[in-house]
Amino acid sequence: MEPATATSIASALSLGHYLALGAVLFCISVAGIFINRKNVIILLMCIELMLLAVNINFVAFSREFGDAAGQIFVFFILTVAAAEAAIGLAILVTLFRNRRTIDVADIDSLKG
Amino acid sequence: MDFVLFAFFAFAAAAVMSAGAVISVKNPVHAALFLVLTFFSVACGWILAGAEFLGIALVLVYVGAVMVLFLFVVMMIDVDTTPMREGFVRYLPIGLLVAVAMLVEIFVLIGVLAKTGTPFGVDPAVGAESNTHWLARSLFTEFLLPFEVAAVILTVAVVAAVMLTLRRRPGAKHQNPLEQGSVRAADRVRLVRMEAERPLPPGDGAGEVK
Repeated sequence: MEPATATSIASALSLGHYLALGAVLFCISVAGIFINRKNVIILLMCIELMLLAVNINFVAFSREFGDAAGQIFVFFILTVAAAEAAIGLAILVTLFRNRRTIDVADIDSLKG
Repeated sequence: MDFVLFAFFAFAAAAVMSAGAVISVKNPVHAALFLVLTFFSVACGWILAGAEFLGIALVLVYVGAVMVLFLFVVMMIDVDTTPMREGFVRYLPIGLLVAVAMLVEIFVLIGVLAKTGTPFGVDPAVGAESNTHWLARSLFTEFLLPFEVAAVILTVAVVAAVMLTLRRRPGAKHQNPLEQGSVRAADRVRLVRMEAERPLPPGDGAGEVK
């Protein structure tokens, strides 16, 4: 981004590279939630992308500090994310079966 | 620039471009396929960082199971996504603004780029054992209880997903395993005691068909 750090970026693989990749993916998924705010499927995909960005940071810090706990936490995040995706998609299928839509704007029964 | 760094930049570029495609393509099936590409590129990046077990697990669990589930659901519910994209152009500026502002804050305020100067040290898993060995030793000693809890979470999730999508339609035919298991021979076969039939004497029933 800045020319002063251009030499240090291209020296060797480091913690900053992975943190930068995680930050970029996280911001892309935040933008995706903003611009696809009506489609539940894309919203779920953006949440998965966000979890992936966080996992990148965990892996990078685990490598940086030589601690296995970071990678084991990624393992647990993958587990919980798989459970979340399964239940989220089940809710989505039930929703589509009952309402024939997955548009977030149409799901307003609890509005009162 | 060594080969590892070059490979990292290639995988990172692939991951970022496919992530951008995930949030911008029109067809949800294409979005799911681009998400597969993102996960695969990131898994390659993890393997470059020495996290081989997690890289393979990401490909197996995410690309192999979760994304297939996504594709299955996307293809199963045949939904028209055209009316859902009407806010796309309207929210594009504010989405980009928030994302870019957040990115600049992360890069500048937290100082991510300043951390690129010091490269990674020696891989802690390299030595007598592999990354998988290193993780497993820690996972099955000090993290054994969370590991079991994770198994319980997965089981509960499977039961919940099945219960959410289960439905009984009135016309459908079902087996009842309880009735099948508790059936007795007397319910199915009735033995009747009766006199044996004597064969007709020959020549008596000449006209009948045997």
